[in-house]
Amino acid sequence: MGKASVIPFGPQHPVLPEPLHLDLVVEDETVVDVLPQIGFVHRGLEKLVETRDYNQFIYVAERICGICAMGHSLGYAETVEAFMGVEVPARAEYLRVIWHELSRIHSHLLWLGLAADAFGFESMFMHCWRLRERVLDIFEKTTGGRVILSVVRVGGVNRDIEDSELKAICGVLDGITDEYQQIMDTLLTDMSVKNRTVGVGALTREQALELSMVGPFARASEVAYDVRSFGRGAYGALTDFQPITDAQGDCYARVKVRCEEVLQSIRIIKELSAKIPAGDISVKVKGSPEPGARAANVLEQPRGECYYYAQGNGTKFLERMRMRTPTSQNLAGMVEALKGCDLADVNMVILTIDPCISCTER
Amino acid sequence: MGSFHLAAMTLKSLFSKPETLQYPAEVKAPYAGQKGHVVNHVEECILCGMCQRTCPCHCIQASKPERAWTIQPFMCVQCGSCVAACPTHCLVMDPAPTAIATAKHEVRQEVPEQEKAAS
Repeated sequence: MGKASVIPFGPQHPVLPEPLHLDLVVEDETVVDVLPQIGFVHRGLEKLVETRDYNQFIYVAERICGICAMGHSLGYAETVEAFMGVEVPARAEYLRVIWHELSRIHSHLLWLGLAADAFGFESMFMHCWRLRERVLDIFEKTTGGRVILSVVRVGGVNRDIEDSELKAICGVLDGITDEYQQIMDTLLTDMSVKNRTVGVGALTREQALELSMVGPFARASEVAYDVRSFGRGAYGALTDFQPITDAQGDCYARVKVRCEEVLQSIRIIKELSAKIPAGDISVKVKGSPEPGARAANVLEQPRGECYYYAQGNGTKFLERMRMRTPTSQNLAGMVEALKGCDLADVNMVILTIDPCISCTER
Repeated sequence: MGSFHLAAMTLKSLFSKPETLQYPAEVKAPYAGQKGHVVNHVEECILCGMCQRTCPCHCIQASKPERAWTIQPFMCVQCGSCVAACPTHCLVMDPAPTAIATAKHEVRQEVPEQEKAAS
């Protein structure tokens, strides 16, 4: 065994879209310990809840992260609705889930492209982002924004989607499914991809439970935990929802779980588009939350379970708004997954965990 | 086997129309409901200040004494809450994006006195 040395990794690194710093303790070419450090993009957004009223804060919440924007506005709105006793119309619930699942598709396609680029598969990167662009076009057409949608409000949604438009969306998703299936087959059967991912950064189910991992990272280690399976909101209307899991717990399993989740999201959107009821898209929310009114809420973001907590103080400004993001839950698991891997595999392990540092630091 | 699929897709894309536009020669027309920039049709504006109160980035000022409506376009995040709150619907969201500029500036519009409806 060689002498241990420390190699700094990040915050500026070609595979990292966001700043994450790791001190890698290596012996020869093997990582023996990892010390993560975050704090490069902290913006103090939770503090802004004191200067923006509960309706205005929704636009701050969705700017926490560009990729999870829809999820954050939805999670925050649901939390405020919970302690203000707001009953959201059924059509609004369906529309929220349709947009949220579309954002999951765009997030996973973005990640897939970045992962392909990280192991030098540039043509796949181009194909993934080409398909993602079609999802962004749907957003642009239906909400008016590509990434920051500003479509959720406390009490419902701001815009409706016509039934003819919903059919057109399903048509676009059919086209994406055909091409995506081919990309997915390529990725999951390619020998060079398997050589880089199979058996790398593996975590067992016990480790995943012990480290409280969430999202596709945990599901790849056979932890069948998905907030969507609670059947809240329009998810309750789905005939069958089973979290996608894999038993291997390695990088390949994580790639596979995320790949299959895109197809699952497409199925959810199609089913809800067929079932969406007619009716109002929002209710008026008046007044301020009661002093001491509080609520907690969980939502399945593309990267896993996100926890929201909000507390009112009798004014239109909230006393407290707190989030626990999936990446902050998964950092402990990431450290464990990196221990024992080769130095050359570090970027692959980090990418398959899909860390979102902007969400984590807020 | 999978690589053949991808090779076929890549070859197909060699002979098909490009997915991208050759900007700036080709410019994508904005969709009808796209959030571009806020426009105030001042002849219908009553300077009630609802837009100013709902704006999350405090970029609108509606001043009754000065009879002026001002927006700072580079602070605006195009959330559309002012458009939704406007009681006279004189605020609209134009699909074209905010015009480029060399410096941050504000857009000030004089609001004409409105004739009171005959009672």
